[in-house]
Amino acid sequence: MPDFLRRLLRSPSAVLGGLILLIVALMAAAAPILYPQGPWPMAGRPFSWPGTEGLPLGTDALGRDIAAGILHGARVSLSIGLAATAAALGIGVAAGALAGYFGGWIDDALMRLTDAFQTIPPFLLAIVIVVVVSPSVATIVLAIAAISWPGIARLVRAEFLRLREAEFVQSCRLIGMGDAEIILRQILPNAIAPVTVTASILVATAILTEAGLSFLGLGDPNVISWGTMVGMGRSDFRTAWYLVAVPGVAIVFTVLALNLLGDGLNDALNTRLHRRT
Amino acid sequence: MSAGTQTKTGRRSGSYLLRRLGQSVVVLGIVLVLQFTLLHLAPGDVADVIAGETQSADPAFVEQLRRDLGLDQPLPVQFLYYVGRILTLDFGTSHAFNVPVLELIAERLPATLLLMISAIALAFALGAVLGIVAALYHGRWADVAVSVVALVFYATPVFLAGIGLILLFTVQLRWLPMSGMYVTWVTHTWWSYTLDVARHLIMPMVSLALFYIAIYTRLMRAAMLEVLGQDYVRTARAKGLSPARVVFRHAARNAMLPMVTMLGLQVASLLGGAVLVETVFGWPGIGRLAFEAVFRRDIPLVLGVLFLSSVLVLVVNLVIDLLYTRLDPRISLK
Repeated sequence: MPDFLRRLLRSPSAVLGGLILLIVALMAAAAPILYPQGPWPMAGRPFSWPGTEGLPLGTDALGRDIAAGILHGARVSLSIGLAATAAALGIGVAAGALAGYFGGWIDDALMRLTDAFQTIPPFLLAIVIVVVVSPSVATIVLAIAAISWPGIARLVRAEFLRLREAEFVQSCRLIGMGDAEIILRQILPNAIAPVTVTASILVATAILTEAGLSFLGLGDPNVISWGTMVGMGRSDFRTAWYLVAVPGVAIVFTVLALNLLGDGLNDALNTRLHRRT
Repeated sequence: MSAGTQTKTGRRSGSYLLRRLGQSVVVLGIVLVLQFTLLHLAPGDVADVIAGETQSADPAFVEQLRRDLGLDQPLPVQFLYYVGRILTLDFGTSHAFNVPVLELIAERLPATLLLMISAIALAFALGAVLGIVAALYHGRWADVAVSVVALVFYATPVFLAGIGLILLFTVQLRWLPMSGMYVTWVTHTWWSYTLDVARHLIMPMVSLALFYIAIYTRLMRAAMLEVLGQDYVRTARAKGLSPARVVFRHAARNAMLPMVTMLGLQVASLLGGAVLVETVFGWPGIGRLAFEAVFRRDIPLVLGVLFLSSVLVLVVNLVIDLLYTRLDPRISLK
C-alpha cells in the first residue's frame, strides 16, 4: 500500500481534507480534557460575544460555553457519522454482494427493496424513524444507516456483476471453492476501492443528515451536536449571529474535508467511479 | 427509418413502459408495507393519541374508539384495510387538523412543487453554465474558482444557507421578506400576488438549490471535459464552426444527458430538503406538513404524505426514463 499512500499524499485535496479532519479529530479527542465538565454548565453571562469574558467563542442564550459545545459536538458528529456509515456499509455490502453474486430472484427481491428505500424521500424517512423509535444517538445512527445503505448496495452489486464471471472467479469455482469464500475472500477485496470512496462521502452526508435532524429538534436530548447548536441559536440569530455561524462553520469545514478526502481517494485509487449522491 | 421498424420500436417501448409500471407497483407495495410497519412500531396507537388530545382518560371511550377505527384487528388485517382504502383514494382523516388527509395534501402540495421545480431549474441552469465555464477554462483560475464554490455549496447544510440568506437579505439589507409565501394583510390582484410570491420564493429557492448547483456543476464539468475531447467535436471545429456553436450546440447538448439522469435520482432528496427549507422560511408546503404530522403522531397524515411523495418520486422517474429516449435516440428502452 505505500504506492497508494504516496499517490494519496500527492493529491492536494486529499492532504487538505486529511489535515482538516485531523484537526476535527483532535478537537474531539481534546474535548474531555479541555472541558471535562461537558458542554452543559454555565460559563459566563448569556450572549457573550466571542472573545469577551475570556471565552474564545462566547456563550449562548443560557450562558453555556460555545467552545465546549463545539469540541464536544465534534465527538457527536464524528461518531454518529462513522457509526452510521459502518452500519450502512454492513447492510449495503451484504445486500449488494448477495444480489450481484447470486442474481435471479434474490437479485430481483433485493433490488426492489432497494428501490423502495430510495423511493421514500430519505430525510423524511429518517425523521419518521427517529420520532417513532424515540430520539437517541442509537436511533439516529439507525435512521441514517437505513437511508444510506441502498447506494452502497447498488455500487457493490454492480462490482459483483462485473466480477462474478471474471476468470479468477471461474478458476476458484473450478477448484471447488464455496460461495461464501468466493464472495468474502475473492470478489469483495476487488470491489473495495469504489466502496472506500463512497464511504468517505457517506460520512459527510451522515453528518449533514444528523445536523438536519438535530436542527429540527430531533437530536438526542442528552448530547449537544453542531446541528443542535444551530437550531438553538436560530431564535436569536438577528442579534447574535455567531450562535449560528460558529457551529455552522464547523459543519461546513468537516463536510468539506470529507468530500476533499473522497476526491483524493478517488484519484489515488484511480477508480472510474463518478461521484453520485 | 421505415414504418415497420418504427412500429416495432413503438411496441418495444410500450412493453418496456408496462414492465416499468409493474415494477413501480411492486415497489409501491413494498413502500406501503415498510411505512405501515414502521409507524406501528410506535408505542400507543391512534386511539391513544386522540384520547390524549381530547384529554379523555376513560378506558371505555378509548376501547370504543379503537373498535370504531378498526384498531382491535390484527395488524395484517389493518394493513389490508388500509391498502383497500388507498385504492379508493381514501387516506383517512388527519386527527391533528381534523381534515381529510388528501385535502390537506392537495392544499399544501402546490407550494412545495413550486419550490422544488424552481430550485431544480435554477440548479440545472446555473450548474450547466458553471460546468461549461469550468470545462472551457480547464485547469485555470476560473476552473479552480468554480470548483471551490461547488465544494462549499456541496458542504453547506440547507438550513444554514437559509439562515445566512435571511441574515443578509432580510436583517441587513431589508430587501426580501423573511418567511411565508405571500403577504396576507393586503388584497392582491393576480399580478401583485405573483410578484409577491416570487419575492417570497427567492431565498427558499436559492437555499434549496445550492447543494444541487454543486452537483450539476461537477457533473457538467466532467461531462463537458469528456465530450470536448471527442472526435465529432474536433470535426465540428475543423470544419470551421464558430467556437460558441461548437460548445453549445454540439458539446453541451450531449454533456447534459448525465444531468437529466441525476434529476430523477434527486426528486426524493429534494423533498427531504424541502422539509428543512420550509421550516426555516415558514413556507406552507408539504414538507412542513409532514414534519408537523410526525411530531403530532398524526399517523394517517404521515402515511398519506409518505405514500404520495413516493408516488411522486416514481412518476417523475418514469417520465424521465421516457424523456431520455427522446433526448438521446441511441438509447433504446430495454
